[in-house]
Amino acid sequence: MDNLAQFLTVQLPTLIAVVIGVPAVLAGYIVLGELLIRRLPDSARPSVRPWLWVGPALFFVAVFLVYPAFGTAYRSLFNRPGDAFVALANYVTVLTDQTVWIAIRNNVLWLIFYTILALLFGLLLAVLSDRVRYETPVKSLIFMPMAISFTALAVIWRFMYSYQPPGAPQTGTLNAIVTGIFHADPVTWLQDERINNFALIGAAVWGISGFAMVILSASLKGIPGELLEAARVDGAGEVTIFRRILLPLLMPTITVVGTTLVIFALKAFDIVYVMTNGNYHTDVLANRMYKELYNAGNFANSSALAVILLIAVIPVLIFNLRQFRAVEARR
Amino acid sequence: MSVARPEVAAPVEVVAARSTPRAIADWLGSLPLHIAIIGLTIAWIVPTLGLLVSSFRPLSEFATSGWWTALSPPFNFTLDNYRHVLDTSNLGQSFFNSFMISIPATVIPTTVAAFAAYSFSWMRFWGRDWIFLAMVALLAVPLQVTFIPVLSLFIKLGLNATFLGVWLAHTGYGLPFAIYLLANFFRALPADLFESAEIDGAGTLTVFFRIVLPLSVPALASLVIFQFLWVWNDLLVALIYLGGTPEVAPLTVTLANLVGSLGQGYQYLTAAAFVSMIVPLIVFFSLQRYFVRGILAGSVKG
Repeated sequence: MDNLAQFLTVQLPTLIAVVIGVPAVLAGYIVLGELLIRRLPDSARPSVRPWLWVGPALFFVAVFLVYPAFGTAYRSLFNRPGDAFVALANYVTVLTDQTVWIAIRNNVLWLIFYTILALLFGLLLAVLSDRVRYETPVKSLIFMPMAISFTALAVIWRFMYSYQPPGAPQTGTLNAIVTGIFHADPVTWLQDERINNFALIGAAVWGISGFAMVILSASLKGIPGELLEAARVDGAGEVTIFRRILLPLLMPTITVVGTTLVIFALKAFDIVYVMTNGNYHTDVLANRMYKELYNAGNFANSSALAVILLIAVIPVLIFNLRQFRAVEARR
Repeated sequence: MSVARPEVAAPVEVVAARSTPRAIADWLGSLPLHIAIIGLTIAWIVPTLGLLVSSFRPLSEFATSGWWTALSPPFNFTLDNYRHVLDTSNLGQSFFNSFMISIPATVIPTTVAAFAAYSFSWMRFWGRDWIFLAMVALLAVPLQVTFIPVLSLFIKLGLNATFLGVWLAHTGYGLPFAIYLLANFFRALPADLFESAEIDGAGTLTVFFRIVLPLSVPALASLVIFQFLWVWNDLLVALIYLGGTPEVAPLTVTLANLVGSLGQGYQYLTAAAFVSMIVPLIVFFSLQRYFVRGILAGSVKG
């Protein structure tokens, strides 16, 4: 009886809200918007409709992202208790801190290796698997790490990178390979400062390549088969087809995936947080920001770090604007 | 462009090609391709395989030997880790909550993003490109800095610890990527499509529902997969806005609680990982079939 009561009072209303309420609100907005537009004079319609269609999106990002972002930027100009305006003093504090520069260096490493490797694997897997019959199983297996939560991902890679002293049986997969096959000394993957950043980036690339692959593959499927067939009939080799047809047509999507990966690299947090928590010189800006915010309660420094992250994206945006204009000019 | 030719020619070619020397040469020629794909795939599944094997091993063996040793006799497997996870109180309730959070938190942003992305790619309005760029820039906002301002807003509005609040938050967080991805695909649609529809007198809403959406199915499918997955696997947003009470806790929160504050019981995470992976994988498999070539074929007569 208890279960039934709970179902009727808690779960059923939720279920109704999800199954009926949400679609009804969405459809209602579309229908009401359309009715409103119909009542407008013909000449006003093209200038009203876009705002009606982007309106909800603008509202959501304004509340959940723009407002907090401006709040953060504003907060970064005040001292730690937040009662005195200090202009750029927080930025000076942060940028003269040696450990922040280590985090910046690591973010640069992430930016280069994470982005390039994930894009490369994603593109390679999307293009290659498109040409074999067992495409679906291959893509599903590569995608699988995406379905794993970060906590599980950390557990997996702790098994991969685990270290035992030389002579003891290795429990980590990679050290078993290093000692068993290459007869070298086991490596402290997460502590050795020459390689630990790459170890973290490797785990992240493993997790995200499925993302790049799925989006590139979706774009690849939009390229008409006749186009490739015609090129083959004309005697074009596969490499030529890739370079002259696939790559240019995929370029806008590569830009989208690349941009997203660059931003993910700048925001890299979860893997560092769960695997090393920034120790052994593996810290990154987002983890540093998190520590300032939740461990030290230092809103001044964490806000300044967040703004530095946001400023770092500007070059990527300029690149996007150019791409964007180029596509526009072509049609 | 002739659509008919490959359709007629292809089967003939296949029949003729089988078991001729040329076919064998072709097969040998594509051998590097198969080796590359299968090699990459195997390298990719080793870590997951290690976790899968480990999830069936008792704790006592975790720390003392590698997972591959379990693959040879004596086979010492156990279901204890799974039993412990499946016996967790409220597991059913958590699954239900996860669905109730993830479905609207996928449907709302996808719908909102589709309309916005269409206006960004095919309508003209003041400041369009700059607003779009600002949208991309918002991808870079670290979510951690939004939690405190948004939470205080939610408390004022009475939205904290409600599903509605989490749906709205996930919508806000997911929109920049969703719009960015969809606008890219919508923009790639041929302009002739819209011209011919306009000549036929179709309204904007008709063009959107009858032409743009059906032609963008692979893009929509990938967006749905990712948004669902991110929400399903999210721990941080759920913890901040919902708190940890069992009535509203999603699977991630309940499973994270399996591990004690001192890290004891972390072996259950191996089994928990597979339990929580099932649903995202089902979503992926069921949407996988929309990744097919030729949705655009024949839509434009050129």
